[in-house]
Amino acid sequence: MADSVWGSASAAAVPTVTVRSRHSAVVRATHWITTLAFLALLVTGVEILISHPRFYWGEAGNVLSPPLFKLPIPASRSTVPTGYGYVLPDQNGWSRYLHFQSAWVAVLTGLLYLCFGFVTGHFRRNLLPARARFSRAIAQQLRFWPKRTEDAGSYNVLQRLTYLMVIFGLFPMVIWTGLAMSPAIASAIPPVVTILGGQQSARTLHFFVSVLLVLFLVIHIVMVGLSGFRSRVGAMITGRSAARRETT
Amino acid sequence: MRKISRRTLVTTGLAATAGASGIAVAASLARRYGLIPPDAGGIYGPGETLTYAAQRLLTRHSSAREFERSQISKPPFANEVAPLGDAFKRLQEGAFADWRLTVDGMVARPASFSLAELKGFPVRSQITHLACEEGWSYIAEWSGVPLSHVLNLVGTLPQARYLVYRSIQPDWWESIDMADALHPQTLIAHGINGGELPVPFGGPLRLRVPRQLGYKSLKYTTRLTLTDNLKQFGKGLGSAEPETGYSWYAGI
Repeated sequence: MADSVWGSASAAAVPTVTVRSRHSAVVRATHWITTLAFLALLVTGVEILISHPRFYWGEAGNVLSPPLFKLPIPASRSTVPTGYGYVLPDQNGWSRYLHFQSAWVAVLTGLLYLCFGFVTGHFRRNLLPARARFSRAIAQQLRFWPKRTEDAGSYNVLQRLTYLMVIFGLFPMVIWTGLAMSPAIASAIPPVVTILGGQQSARTLHFFVSVLLVLFLVIHIVMVGLSGFRSRVGAMITGRSAARRETT
Repeated sequence: MRKISRRTLVTTGLAATAGASGIAVAASLARRYGLIPPDAGGIYGPGETLTYAAQRLLTRHSSAREFERSQISKPPFANEVAPLGDAFKRLQEGAFADWRLTVDGMVARPASFSLAELKGFPVRSQITHLACEEGWSYIAEWSGVPLSHVLNLVGTLPQARYLVYRSIQPDWWESIDMADALHPQTLIAHGINGGELPVPFGGPLRLRVPRQLGYKSLKYTTRLTLTDNLKQFGKGLGSAEPETGYSWYAGI
């Protein structure tokens, strides 16, 4: 049953337009695996955070030392002074198990994606902006972007820069700052944590980089929505660009 | 249908072969070198195993970072513990003169040491970081007898693979592998910042494991048991922590 529905739908779409391949299978698979892993990391990260919603700079910090800042939220531990008269339920156990398991999924998927990106030229072709077009293109895109029908087959300069920053900046940073909190990793490779200014600095930076990643996620979803949610999400699932189907 | 290029085919083939053989080799190595943690069952098993195995390969002999005296946290923070039981209070009334540490299991000469005897052994002091899984931490100077010294005295049998250690508090116990048990920085600590170890910090005796999170540094330690199999202890998950949902290995 399901097969015949699928078959007729694609049979109707294929003859009318030239369907281009927008995302390769590896990009699509790694995109959605990373999405799931990231959401798990986010939920469990918040859960771990509320057991001590205070941040410090340097090597050490606890409720007896002055915080760099604290979040105005209740905590899941009674030892943390928050100003709230209640303590949230403690969910750290499974949150930590799931956080690290999802981190492994994200890291291994990311490595697969990196290998694929370098070997096939995906980064050079789809993400590296052409130098000549740089400043004029950015100015132009800020004025007119986003446009629904604009060149659906490739990314503009701003998109390319954003994706490059997320892939080669934020993701490596969030992994690094996460590893820097590990006492065992710090024992084997001390510069992992000393370069960041200490274990508590690493925790604080881990939080800020995560905030930037969430900001990217929100903008990413808004942009996908503005440029045609169904066709863009469809393209990331099936690999086909459905932009032309929309305009016909 | 998109044509599959030779490059794609070769790349995919190589990646699949490398992946499959990598997993097979890793699994066989993990079994041989004891890189599978006791809480590896269940849905979080793969992540736990990867973390423990990767860190054991990377950190078997590495030393926890040590700090300058000026970096010691003033004051340090002692996390709260469950109300202390009668067994503890009785010993506390006698100034812990009758506190004993029993060492048994896979050892040539099972023994029991008084607090005074333990304090008479060579003392090692080190300024290390204690991080709690909650996110806070402090730096303090810990003093005590290296666990390896005591294990040498009792003669650990070669087949021992884990050290189970228990608190005087009921249902509070932990275990570590021999890499951590024989590590020179793993102490049976009886002092902090130049003085006695206060009760809120785990005094009179705390097994201090500086390469793992704070909860592996068990407070009020009374018994050490060497074993080759953790299945026979508690629910078989390695320590009390996995029974309440926390991971056994906390090098993180």
